[in-house]
Amino acid sequence: MTRRRMLKSGAGILLALGGMLLVGWWQVDGPGAADPDIARPLTITDMSFALTDHEGTSVGPETLVGKPSMVFFGFTYCPDVCPTTLSDISAWLEDFGPEAEGMNVIFITVDPERDTVEAMADYVSYFHPSVRGWTGPGDEIARSADGFRVRYEKIPTDSGDYTMNHTASVFLFDETGRFSGTIDYHEPREFAVPKIRQALEIPSEEPV
Amino acid sequence: MRKSNAMMLAVALTMSGTLALADEPTIEVEGAWARASIGVSRPGAAYLTLRNTGEETETLTGLQTDLAMMSEFHRTTTDDQGVSSMSPAGDIEIPPGESVLIQPDGGMHAMLMRLTRPMIEGETFSVTLLFADGDELAFDVPIYGIASRGPQTE
Ligand SMILES: [Cu+2]
Repeated sequence: MTRRRMLKSGAGILLALGGMLLVGWWQVDGPGAADPDIARPLTITDMSFALTDHEGTSVGPETLVGKPSMVFFGFTYCPDVCPTTLSDISAWLEDFGPEAEGMNVIFITVDPERDTVEAMADYVSYFHPSVRGWTGPGDEIARSADGFRVRYEKIPTDSGDYTMNHTASVFLFDETGRFSGTIDYHEPREFAVPKIRQALEIPSEEPV
Repeated sequence: MRKSNAMMLAVALTMSGTLALADEPTIEVEGAWARASIGVSRPGAAYLTLRNTGEETETLTGLQTDLAMMSEFHRTTTDDQGVSSMSPAGDIEIPPGESVLIQPDGGMHAMLMRLTRPMIEGETFSVTLLFADGDELAFDVPIYGIASRGPQTE
């Protein structure tokens, strides 16, 4: 239960330093700025994993090189955070229109037990057509999550089922696979869109 | 405090409801919506905004719907490491003059577990809110698509 312990110690640190961190965050970083305490994903080319996309094609880190990428981890049994994020992503993509067509947009499941290739195909069909769903064996999902520095944990529910706690940030990479930024859950559009613009290397009207 | 939903004004077109004391509404439901489900094996989520137009704090304790065998309000939190989780919200207090957003932006949702039937886009289902003083408020919730971002974008 290493993950559980890590999550708990994270909460402990937050309690101990809570006030200080909060003040620091507002003063130094402000809303929407990248949190230096959160581990950055590796460069795509330093990752190693083998998954299957929702059309049954073998995919891995190499699939993400050559185009800018947007990657999000979640699960299809997620009632709130995942559909909200995928809807946000779909709306951002619509904002960009053809400019974002060359982007990899990947939804990787943290619940491969229930999220089969078929389940992923069914699920992603409801969102922007650019969204690809990736799944695979549990150990390969774990290797991909390690590369992106994503955490997840299975949590039993009162209804006799289980849900997944998971990192809900959207990761951005440029076309060489270099990490370019994170969009946090519920980050306002005015922060999200310039970050995507940066990953796409579209010159911004204002300095980012 | 005595309230009765017999006087509830259900405005069918806007899907809003009002919890009324004989002549004085105290809780208004705005922006109620839910996402369609894929079948019945996945949990669903419904959203609403509650506005307290009365003089006293109202306490929401739960909800009921025949659409789900279990339903409860959940709070979604994201920790300092960016890890997101949800947990039962417990009693939700609505101070007088204030609104509580049980919406994606408000960090809360009504979690609908063990669905009794699929949630189909374009249909509606009935929800009854339960309050600490024993009052209830029933209204209909419209179902939008899975990728919907709420009534303001529909
Ligand atoms: Cu929930």
